[in-house]
Amino acid sequence: MMRLPRFAYRAPRSVGEVTDILAANEGAMVVAGGTDVLPNMKRRQQTPALLVGLRGIAELKLVAEHDGLTIGAGVTLADLLDIPLVRQRYTGLWQAAAQIATPHLRNMGTLGGNLCLDTRCNYYDQTYEWRKAIDFCMKKDGETCWVAPSSRRCLAVSSTDAAPMLAALGADVCLRSADRERRVPIADLYRNDGIDYLTRQRDELLTSIQLPPAAGWRSAYWKLRRRGSFDFPVLSVAAALQFATDRTVTAARLVLGAVASCPIVVKGAAAALVGRALTDEAIATAADLAAHPARPMDNTDFSLIWRKRMVRDLVSYALREVRGDDVRELRRRVSRAALLA
Amino acid sequence: MRIIGKTRRRVDARAKVTGQTRFADDIVLPRMLHARLLRSPVAHARIVAIDTSRARAMRGVYLVLTGRDLPIPYGILPVSQDEHALAVDRVRFVGDPVALVVARDELTAGEALDLIEVQYERLHIFADPIDSLTRDEPAIHAAAARGNVHKLVSLAFGDTDRGLADADLVFEDTFFYQGNTHLPIEQHAAVAALDPDGKLVLWSSTQTPHYVHRALARALALPAAHIRVIATPNGGGFGGKSDPFNHEVAIAKAALVLDRPVKICLNREEVFYCHRGRHPVVMHFKTGVKRDGTITAVQLETLLDGGAYGSYGVASTFYTGALQTVTYHIPSYRFRGCRVFTNKPPCGPKRGHGTPQSRFGQEVQLDKIAQALAIDPAELRLRIVERPDTITANYMRVGTIGLAECIRRIVDASDWRARYRKLPHGRGLGLACSAYLSGAGLPIYWNDMPHSAVQLKLDRSGGVAVFCGATEIGQGSDDVLVACVAEILGIDPLDVRAVTGDTDLTPVDLGSYSSRVTLMMGNAAIQAAERARDMLATAVGEHLGVAAGRLAFADRRVFDTQNPAAAVAFDRAVCLAEAKFGAIGTTGSYTPPRSAARYKGGGVGPTPTYSYSAAIVEVDVDPATGWIQVPRIWIAHDIGRALNPALVRGQIEGSVYMALGEALMEEQEFRRLPPRLSAALVHKFPSMLEYKSPTTLDMPEIFTELVEHPDPRGPFGAKEVGQGPLLPVMPALANAVYDAVGVRIDEIPVTPEKILAALKAKAAGKEPRFGPPRFPDIDWPEPLQVPPPWEGGGGTASAPLRSASSAASASSTRSNR
Repeated sequence: MMRLPRFAYRAPRSVGEVTDILAANEGAMVVAGGTDVLPNMKRRQQTPALLVGLRGIAELKLVAEHDGLTIGAGVTLADLLDIPLVRQRYTGLWQAAAQIATPHLRNMGTLGGNLCLDTRCNYYDQTYEWRKAIDFCMKKDGETCWVAPSSRRCLAVSSTDAAPMLAALGADVCLRSADRERRVPIADLYRNDGIDYLTRQRDELLTSIQLPPAAGWRSAYWKLRRRGSFDFPVLSVAAALQFATDRTVTAARLVLGAVASCPIVVKGAAAALVGRALTDEAIATAADLAAHPARPMDNTDFSLIWRKRMVRDLVSYALREVRGDDVRELRRRVSRAALLA
Repeated sequence: MRIIGKTRRRVDARAKVTGQTRFADDIVLPRMLHARLLRSPVAHARIVAIDTSRARAMRGVYLVLTGRDLPIPYGILPVSQDEHALAVDRVRFVGDPVALVVARDELTAGEALDLIEVQYERLHIFADPIDSLTRDEPAIHAAAARGNVHKLVSLAFGDTDRGLADADLVFEDTFFYQGNTHLPIEQHAAVAALDPDGKLVLWSSTQTPHYVHRALARALALPAAHIRVIATPNGGGFGGKSDPFNHEVAIAKAALVLDRPVKICLNREEVFYCHRGRHPVVMHFKTGVKRDGTITAVQLETLLDGGAYGSYGVASTFYTGALQTVTYHIPSYRFRGCRVFTNKPPCGPKRGHGTPQSRFGQEVQLDKIAQALAIDPAELRLRIVERPDTITANYMRVGTIGLAECIRRIVDASDWRARYRKLPHGRGLGLACSAYLSGAGLPIYWNDMPHSAVQLKLDRSGGVAVFCGATEIGQGSDDVLVACVAEILGIDPLDVRAVTGDTDLTPVDLGSYSSRVTLMMGNAAIQAAERARDMLATAVGEHLGVAAGRLAFADRRVFDTQNPAAAVAFDRAVCLAEAKFGAIGTTGSYTPPRSAARYKGGGVGPTPTYSYSAAIVEVDVDPATGWIQVPRIWIAHDIGRALNPALVRGQIEGSVYMALGEALMEEQEFRRLPPRLSAALVHKFPSMLEYKSPTTLDMPEIFTELVEHPDPRGPFGAKEVGQGPLLPVMPALANAVYDAVGVRIDEIPVTPEKILAALKAKAAGKEPRFGPPRFPDIDWPEPLQVPPPWEGGGGTASAPLRSASSAASASSTRSNR
């Protein structure tokens, strides 16, 4: 079987200890559930000299209700699904988390881990031996991006399900280092670069996620993948809309996942929804506008042409669900699960 | 019968559900070392030099082997002895083993791999079978039909041209069936050690310990009697563990050199490189029919992408054309098959071995024929089903055939008549049929010995031990073995101890492949048990003073059928027999009946009896996106008799699962990087995450119908079930897509992209189809002419000088159906 490389391991008990270790050790990486880092280490995609385990830190597992909701980055995806408020008011987040990986992996994987998930690519998520056979790639040990050899940046795909949805919900994240703490809108946590995909500094720890109040908002998350479990998204749509009492849309956010190296906020499509009722025409207009910025590449499952083609459909599914349409049949077909709030 | 036909807990269930089954990787021996293979990072190259000195010098490394240490080639088929445990001077695909490192642990062995320096001189890479057809140099192997064409087959049974000319309509279709792999949960693992006498022992997750035994004797140049191969329970095989493998030979050599136990456990990527899975096949069917659906002639051409080694490929090539005739009556048949070498992991036998590809083409084409003739597809097949007790055009002997009943059962169960062609747009039903062998009629290597043998030992405790070389790979062969013995001797299956798959302790059974075990081992077990029963009956009859023939064996008792109170307990019966005869040991063996096919190539396809299956698949297709779902499947299987219905249903449901994976998503795909920048040709995604196979959430509801008419050749009437039920699912699914949205997907897998492309073609007024445009040009040899039985043929080829046209003149005498 595949073996982990040799590494040192620390298991601190507080966030302060973690940030001190990160400040003092350039080659350190943090590990929460380990469902991303450990397989990557086995494939020698990452070979940190020091691994800092986060599971013993109680603060990272806190959940606090206020006018919004604060969720510790170390809360497992399985535990996140058990928070009633998430299911009731932040439905899209619940739907996103419910579709991450498999039940076993959700028992281990954390919300913070999913947000920091390494970008993925069929040329990169391979063993050392396989990558050697293609003379490696730009993201690790090589120079060329084989997805598009003329590309000057890495085109690995942002494959987190939580990030697009949290961006649509207007969430912030807290980042703490030894000497500072900052709070940034979640969309600003990412940049469209497969290698340098996070704006998190090397010595910073993502500690919590803050959700704004949900009053008047409705949300939905649709994920496209081959199978009903296990797979990362090849395309996802996160939609959050605020409605006035007369059903007029007063605010909207639409975010696409898995079509670039970061979540893509489609502002034009969202703006087109505001100030009117969510009619079929409005949905069609938004779906067309949303499809335009999606640039899938040939480095995931399914053909890129079909993935691009599917953006319109998936956006319309999400908006119809937000509108309150009965989408049970569609969910059964596309998601292979009810995912009812 | 007390046991046969009853749903029972299988005898190995307790060990499996309590985690006590010891798989190969569970074996830990004192002083055991661990091995890893260095595999080629280049697809085709000559090895110029290998420097292992740095690896050898590494702390914790005990041994490094290279091809020089194992110069003798081997291979599963006598005609394809083209593999080396470690590459001698040539690597032929990315993943081909080059060196073995033995170290104190796996991590150390893995680190040492990086210290081995290999200099390669790159050779032209064959990625595409068309390239292999047209370019002879460099030849991937010296032994080939020509250049990189591994095998060419050309057979003619009757006058196909005349048959096509006599047809009212002639249909021509080209299909493509993508390659895919077995994906067993358990990765291949093996442990080699020397026993205290210095003899070699190999534990391995193999389906064929007997063939591994032979290959080890050859490759290591050791007397076979000094080698013991023990097949550990397999965590799934499906054909992927039926070749002798590099890692088995290499660690055996290492154990001999070091005199220490050596273990190897492949990782998932390496299992993809072992492969031996489904051949990608392009095929062309030309079929002539009368307006009533009667077939007048079939011509089939197949092109197989074989990968880098022979493996079972010669047999696979024949299998792509062997079984077309056993389902439907085909009066004249021409088959041409071609297998080429490419620089990819070798293809071989996967569940259905060579037959699912052309079964797909045949059944989809029949659906098109039914459509064109305006005959219901179920009705069409019922009209042309082959008759029982027939010898087909290519001399396959059909005995019992439950196919018509299979069709009727699923037609009724699915409410086909009310629903086919009548569901709303986007939903559809498709039907297809198939046949499969209950064991290959011939062994891998020529010999006239039994294919399966069983020994039975009874002792005065009442204990019964049964010994057989058959291999439990999860299919339940131990349970079948025990059930047959227990039924005959009238004891409980849990009273019997099975010792299987051990070349030292058990008589030869050829292995768990070709769906042969239940029929062949079962018959051998019945014979051994009947011989023991007869000895017990003689002794008990004397004791009770009744004729032995009046005695029955049941409920652990031997009793007089005319006076059931006159009885002895089973253990007492054994004592009586032991007192009378001495130690009670019996044997049984099974050899398949002689085949009717006596022509060259006729060894592939014959079997003691064929099983038949029929399936109806319901699909749900979104015409806007091509998204496809399968809510329900009805499947009927002609099992002869279900020895343990739970096992039979398990095999059928497992077949449906595997079939849906092939039908919808599985692809053994390769990536050729831009040639101006890179020479790489790599497996696209050798992992269980990106090689897509269905999850439980993707499974439909399955409605299984067992058709049970005991077959006289089967043990208690049983036929095979391990492979046949996979076959009809793929074509039935493609046919259902046509019913749902009116487009033909002439290619496996059927994906949303392909459906959408076909729908777009349809909307643009083009042919509503997705599939290969044409079959490539192949320079076929002159066919071997074999006149069918109804032309007075005797199963042999006609004299070589006889021209095709004179053979044709007899075709008008074909049997009147």
